[in-house]
Amino acid sequence: MATNFMESQAVKLPGNIPTRRLRVDRVQWLQTAKALRESDARFLTLWGADDRDRDGGFRIYAAYLLPHAVMVVEHFMENSPAPVYPSIAGFYPAALRMQRAVYDLLGISTDETDMRCWLRHGGWPEAIFPLRRDVDGNQQYPVASAPYPFVSVEGDGVHEIAVGPVHAGTIEPGHFRFSVVGEKVLRLEERLGYTHKGVAKLLENTSQQNGHRLAARVSGDSAVAFSWAYCAALESITDTICPARTLMLRALALEHERLANHLGDLGALGNDAGFAFGLTQFSKLKEDLLRTNIIAFGARYLLDYVIPGGVAVDLTADARSLLLDLYDALEPSVNQMRSIYDEHAGLQDRFREAGRLGQATAEKLGAMGLVGRASGIACDLRVDHPWTPYDTLAPKLSVQAGGDVAARVQVRFDESIESLRLCRTLLSGLTIEAIHTSVPVAAPDLLGIALIEAWRGPVMIALETGPNGGIRRCHAHDPSCQNWPLIEYAILGNIVPDFPLINKSFNLSYSGQDG
Amino acid sequence: MWDTLSRMLQTGLLTEPQPAPDQTAPVLETLEKELLEILGRALCIRHVDAGSCNGCELEIQALNNPYYNLEGAGIKFVASPRHADLLLVTGPVSVNMEEALERTYNAIPDPKLVVAVGDCAACGGVFGKNYASRGGVANIIPVNYTVVGCPPSPIAIFDGILRAIRSTNISSVSPPDFL
Repeated sequence: MATNFMESQAVKLPGNIPTRRLRVDRVQWLQTAKALRESDARFLTLWGADDRDRDGGFRIYAAYLLPHAVMVVEHFMENSPAPVYPSIAGFYPAALRMQRAVYDLLGISTDETDMRCWLRHGGWPEAIFPLRRDVDGNQQYPVASAPYPFVSVEGDGVHEIAVGPVHAGTIEPGHFRFSVVGEKVLRLEERLGYTHKGVAKLLENTSQQNGHRLAARVSGDSAVAFSWAYCAALESITDTICPARTLMLRALALEHERLANHLGDLGALGNDAGFAFGLTQFSKLKEDLLRTNIIAFGARYLLDYVIPGGVAVDLTADARSLLLDLYDALEPSVNQMRSIYDEHAGLQDRFREAGRLGQATAEKLGAMGLVGRASGIACDLRVDHPWTPYDTLAPKLSVQAGGDVAARVQVRFDESIESLRLCRTLLSGLTIEAIHTSVPVAAPDLLGIALIEAWRGPVMIALETGPNGGIRRCHAHDPSCQNWPLIEYAILGNIVPDFPLINKSFNLSYSGQDG
Repeated sequence: MWDTLSRMLQTGLLTEPQPAPDQTAPVLETLEKELLEILGRALCIRHVDAGSCNGCELEIQALNNPYYNLEGAGIKFVASPRHADLLLVTGPVSVNMEEALERTYNAIPDPKLVVAVGDCAACGGVFGKNYASRGGVANIIPVNYTVVGCPPSPIAIFDGILRAIRSTNISSVSPPDFL
């Protein structure tokens, strides 16, 4: 059935890359997932909406990435005390936690056996589903936490190590439950959701013109990507054409965000393997970049740089020459550090074979972005679905087959050097134009989709407009959602002391997955 | 090895002067002296992310880069709250982190200081108070000093830590009532 049915029934949706919407019934919901899995489509995200006020039921949406387009599959459920839709986790295991999160927020469930709470840790009552339209999002409830039923491992000499939510460093909160024999990890189970801040509900009380500020703060280290995705969705819905200069400046900011994070990670990875020199050097290079950001974009971290219709700060001629100086200084430094890392026996001894995620596992579980590319999955939206201005830049894809920490280090080196090339090309092609155009108020009940390849992988915004310039529903997706479960596999058979290094080589967002 | 040594020499010493809270710029020695007078040793900091977007964490991490060289000023991050004098808190306090934040605060021996870092830690920021967020850190634990910004720069955070130490007689900080 599948492919023919999909082609004939799908309608076009606004988006920064070609997007289709397919409305399906309960049976087709599962059939489409199966057919898409068989055709090697990649699962992007899952979200739900309470539409009882509009047409008397709930909707569940799944987005898939096809070779030529994004497919948004939408399933409507009549209102009932306990709405249920079929789980697609059998085809796409990454959907499992997302389905649990949808239940915690909306009270729509699946036929899956594992429906343990994911985002709700007892901070609001079991019977309250905050994303339902009849629930006041500002109501506060006392915390009533209950123990989380981790899967336990039993056997001679097996014991558990519980880590978090507060970790021994300046990082985000989450809980890791290790089952170990001696030092060897038999099983790792993650529990996340600690930084859930109610972003989706907040967005429903935000105007279309202001949503980018919240989107940027879904995961602060990917602020440019999220705010660009939000703005691109809104601009697609309203048919706004941004001046070419603004899109090039956004891409420049996005590549700076990629560089800043890659440089930071390369330093931290050296440090976690006992090579403090790496941290000193890369944190210096990162700081140089951030200081130049102030002159070029008006801030070290670009949380409010991308705005609907353009960017907030123009790039001056002086800043342009400072940027070129920065790239000229960074490139030989990164190359020199790469050869130091490559030739350091102690470092390579820790990097190689550690936290290996094989290509078959990565494909089955749906690894996204950088982590996927380090496990042989040749996907990068900038290459496969280039949106403006990437359609003229011909970005080079970096793929490694190893799937270990060393591979993830190599992808970061490759991408840093490629980002510098993209930045130079963007600067040389900058047109003289306005940096902003006005974005009209969008009509209500329009759905727009935008995807941006952030440094971790593709971030996605699904924006549905409301009346009077408001937002009816906005779903922000970080690729960390797909990649978190992969660490549970990558750590198997490794030793506990290698966990910080392996975890850092993924460097996933807690805030981005928690919402 | 030669490459590593040569890069060290090329890089040289990058550390800049510490931020001055007033006109009399403190140098490394006076800061160390102040710390020794107040605490009798280095200042140990424990950081807790109570629900941040991870922007503030990046700027706190930057404090350890060679330009700011926080450790050079006798201030270091420690892995356990039981080793800490000062708690650095970022983020609006999510309801899912409320208990962990209180428990971390209680685990720090008295006397202790709390510095709230960033607009969210100050007042909830763009997230405010809602079903999932308690808003600013002061709604949950006592705060001695607040650094605003989204995210605040490393210099602003550094300055905030120094102001908290200078403005408060750390020995007179009383334990909170829920102890």
